[in-house]
Amino acid sequence: MTLRGIAFRNLKRRKAKALFVLCGVTISVATVVALITLGLAVSDAITHNLEKFGANILVVPKTENLSLSYGGLTLGGVSFQMEQIRQSDLNRVSEIENSANVAAVGPMVLGVVEVNRTRVLLAGVDFETVNILKPWWKVRGALPQPGGILLGGEAGRVLGNSVGESVDIGGRRFTVSGILEPTGSQDDNLMFTHLEEAQDVLGMEGRVSMVEIAALCKDCPIGDMVLQLSRVLPGANVMAIQQVVKNRMETLRHFRNFSLAVSAVVLLVGTLLVLVTIMGGVRERTSEIGIFRAIGFRRLHVVRIVLMEAGVLSFLGGLFGYALGWAITRAVLPFFAEGHGLVVPVNAVIAGASLALALFMGLSAGVYPAVLAARMDPSDSLRSL
Amino acid sequence: MSCLICGDNLVKTYGKGDAAVSALRGVDISIEAGEFIGIMGESGSGKSTLLSILGALNTPTAGKYVVDEIDVYRLSGDQRADFRREFLGYVFQTFFLMPYLTLSENVMLPLATAKLTSKRKKDMAEAALDRVGLSGKGDRLPSQVSGGEQERAALARAIVNEPPILLADEPTGNLDSGTSGRIMHLLRELNRSGMTVVMVTHSEECSRYAERILRLADGRFFPQEGEPGDGKASWKGNGGRPAECALLETDLSSGPVG
Repeated sequence: MTLRGIAFRNLKRRKAKALFVLCGVTISVATVVALITLGLAVSDAITHNLEKFGANILVVPKTENLSLSYGGLTLGGVSFQMEQIRQSDLNRVSEIENSANVAAVGPMVLGVVEVNRTRVLLAGVDFETVNILKPWWKVRGALPQPGGILLGGEAGRVLGNSVGESVDIGGRRFTVSGILEPTGSQDDNLMFTHLEEAQDVLGMEGRVSMVEIAALCKDCPIGDMVLQLSRVLPGANVMAIQQVVKNRMETLRHFRNFSLAVSAVVLLVGTLLVLVTIMGGVRERTSEIGIFRAIGFRRLHVVRIVLMEAGVLSFLGGLFGYALGWAITRAVLPFFAEGHGLVVPVNAVIAGASLALALFMGLSAGVYPAVLAARMDPSDSLRSL
Repeated sequence: MSCLICGDNLVKTYGKGDAAVSALRGVDISIEAGEFIGIMGESGSGKSTLLSILGALNTPTAGKYVVDEIDVYRLSGDQRADFRREFLGYVFQTFFLMPYLTLSENVMLPLATAKLTSKRKKDMAEAALDRVGLSGKGDRLPSQVSGGEQERAALARAIVNEPPILLADEPTGNLDSGTSGRIMHLLRELNRSGMTVVMVTHSEECSRYAERILRLADGRFFPQEGEPGDGKASWKGNGGRPAECALLETDLSSGPVG
């Protein structure tokens, strides 16, 4: 017979109370594990989706002029007639430290051309990156093949061209392959063709007017990437589209904060529940504790018995809680995040943290009842016999 | 001081102010090693309070309590717990065996904190059970044995670590007369083997096993200390209470007491 034996035998004897404490710890830990795991999984999914949500870094040539455009109105000056970036310089983007976080690099050449006596802005783009850089585009028709052209919604309306018709630009004929649905952006007023063909028409071979980059650096500030790009493109002005970046990060931060807040509340409630249950158990055992003290148990011995019982239940609660939380996450993740291949791996760190959390919860809830039990006056306890 | 248990002017008051109740009003007690003492008194006379003070469980409001030259209430809480484990064995009126432990495990409880092997503890428990006549019943739960056997198991628990002093609070209070006689017989045997026994009892018959009877009333000892059965004690007994220790005469006839 040892203190451990007494603790175990008592747990076996008071099965209902033990089960209640076990359930309290299990449910609390499961909720926290589910929220954290779900939060991580959804964060990953959101990050993955946000990466597809257009450019967030803009590379433009350095200029001493201020833009004279606002809200689609150009008040004199020629905004786009400035120095260009050499297309070959863009290879250096892959040399930056965080190049793995670059989802797409979209060079664009811009120039004014005349179509049917109307001055229109022609944009040469890499249509392979369009899906990532401009995922909101909806095209009536198709993206252009070589020799094809895509008209912005407003440009199509003004020029009066429809899909399949030909457009003469600078002596070259292009076939309208598609027309953009209105986007509410400047894209509505542009004509888009392949980069090389636009460079050819505009006489800007090997040069680009601007570069859009889609990047999301989940674990580092986007500012770092801007600095890295500025270093490799010294002749260009690299800017983060701060609003986009901040919104993305803010979304993730809110989700994490929400998970942590709910976890804290659940843990607090769970701990109080365990505390009240253990306290009830200690009060029921007043005379038993009196006997222990009368036959020579020190206060610390009584504390150890109560904490051992709390510890055993907490440990089991931690194990069951992690398993339950993991299962819940697996079951509900499809409702929170869309996408293929959503997986919830068994995370050793979270499993270990669950056990530690459960033990902390159970033991901290057990400390007060244990101390209370140890402080019981043995003569008072025995008087209750 | 030749006494093993020495109490000097022990006072115990519960509560404060107008609500204060004096349970002991200056009790001097001196018990030598190997004595069998009976403490008698009516309900509320202070005998249980005195026993709890002698048991190092209840700090007196005033006075000094020394056992084997140890000033008990000057010890720290842990030291007093160690003192209880090494010097004292308790037998309670309601036995108070843990219902979820077997008799053998109950007997081993005082050894739970001792650094002994499991086998050594089992051997000690078996020896104690054997001494109280419960050989072979160690695997039973308290609910599976009779009241008398439970009391004997409680007695085995009290003596398992061979304490020099045994304190018994109404050890026969919940037993029929026949069983009470056997318990008293066991106590006498333990006393004869050298253990100092201090017993609180209501029963005049049971008290006759004691060598010396101390009578309490209103928190004080009566001036005289009666010898067993001398009939001089002014304590008037407990009225219509059924006679306990009915086997007393038989037991006593088997050998002189004290």
